[in-house]
Amino acid sequence: MTDQLARRAVRSLVWLAVLGPIPWLAWLAFSGGLGANPIEYLQHRTGHYAIRLLAASLFITPLRVITGWGWLIGHRRTLGLAAFFWALTHLSVYVGLDLFFDFGQFLDDVVKRRYITVGMLAIALLTPLAVTSSKRWVKRLGGARWNKLHRLVYLAMIAATAHYLWAVKKDITTPVIYFVIVAALLGFRLYMRARRKSGRHVAGEVTA
Amino acid sequence: MLIRRPADIPSSEITSESDYINRRSFMGAAGALALAGLAAPSVLSAAGATGRAQDDKVTSEEDATSYNNFYEFGLGKDDPKRYAGSLKTVPWTVAVDGLVKAPKRWDLNQLLAGLTVEDRTYRHRCVEAWSMVIPWRGVRLRDVLARLEPMPSAKFVEFTTLLDPRQMPGQRSSSSLTWPYREGLRLDEAMHPLTLLATGMYGKPMPNQNGAPLRLVVPWKYGFKGIKSIVSIKFTDKMPSTSWNDSIPSEYGFYANVNPTVDHPRWTQAKERRIGEFLRRNTLMFNGYASEVASLYTGMDLRKFY
Repeated sequence: MTDQLARRAVRSLVWLAVLGPIPWLAWLAFSGGLGANPIEYLQHRTGHYAIRLLAASLFITPLRVITGWGWLIGHRRTLGLAAFFWALTHLSVYVGLDLFFDFGQFLDDVVKRRYITVGMLAIALLTPLAVTSSKRWVKRLGGARWNKLHRLVYLAMIAATAHYLWAVKKDITTPVIYFVIVAALLGFRLYMRARRKSGRHVAGEVTA
Repeated sequence: MLIRRPADIPSSEITSESDYINRRSFMGAAGALALAGLAAPSVLSAAGATGRAQDDKVTSEEDATSYNNFYEFGLGKDDPKRYAGSLKTVPWTVAVDGLVKAPKRWDLNQLLAGLTVEDRTYRHRCVEAWSMVIPWRGVRLRDVLARLEPMPSAKFVEFTTLLDPRQMPGQRSSSSLTWPYREGLRLDEAMHPLTLLATGMYGKPMPNQNGAPLRLVVPWKYGFKGIKSIVSIKFTDKMPSTSWNDSIPSEYGFYANVNPTVDHPRWTQAKERRIGEFLRRNTLMFNGYASEVASLYTGMDLRKFY
């Protein structure tokens, strides 16, 4: 019963997080709520959505381990794909609206500005993950290889956080919080792995 | 010295923007100007021979008063408007000291009494690559400085913003800048006829979020030089330390002249987004005031002294 409730609540939350920003931004655009510099506003908002959803997708596994709710795994792909969608929107706002398809300037920025370089790296790392997110691809690659490939998500998250950190003008509080989150999540994964290994080791000793 | 107004842009074209005029009672504005004894209500210096200045439409008052960098009230562009209501601007005193004949705390009214109030429309270029066109109201800084009687040894002027975390919630956090905010000019820059001490904009008293009751306007420099809510003016013989330069010297220099050929390390300064416009436009050397101010920097390497 409570499990059922939890499932429903989590599903609603995930879809709200994934789809909510679209009507919200549309409403702001129509009501003049994007402010004096709408392009900058969209640029920042879409970036925030992308990095938040990416962080949320990384929380699924630890949450699953802690709560024992195996069904959480179904939401990981949704969150990851949504993060990729917002990252692409973020890039499109920058290239299409801010630079108005000035590709010369775009390439110049990618090469010269390190926050843009790592931002592009984050999107580049997320792309194969988005492509191989379907069940068919899991089968095609095999679970182990698929898992290995999808560890790239941590690199993408680090790149995205560095992008945020280096883009900020002065107050680095929020990007630093993301770094702490990434470190904690990575730490959790390493801890789990160590525990699994030492568990095996202990078992080996017992049988010896 | 009169400000040269290039012939290719009649001032009527600049001041008669409908959204500028319609925002206030025309009679009220005319009355105020008559009181101030003004012949030329507005000066928007041209981009020289390029003629670009014809495109300069006054930014909507709503945008200019709701999209602000004033970290004393928060880091978001909409924070100053939201939180600056707590700033008490009357009474207001300005402490004058340093290399000056008689250091003194001036009441603001006394400091400005009898000086000619002018309305001047200037381009405003933020270091973040956005820009506006703002009709300021104020007095020439040179008139104020002359009243303060600096000593001949004075080479620089240092300005300080109010420090009061109770009124300025952004000062309760030290994650952005060190407080109080400080800015400075070389004395010849300060004495330049384009440099204003502004007390208002759009024909009205200065809104708190824009730096009430007294702020600096230096139209050929990036906006952060335009220190707000000034409580202290100090004459020195050494280049004063300034907040952004102190904070990130590789990105923000003391001079901070608008210069499309010297990029900010993290973005190009060659272009800017004029608030209210979609396509970015080219940034002009010295923000389009080169014919007036370039001579101040003759022989200086502007890449080094950015």
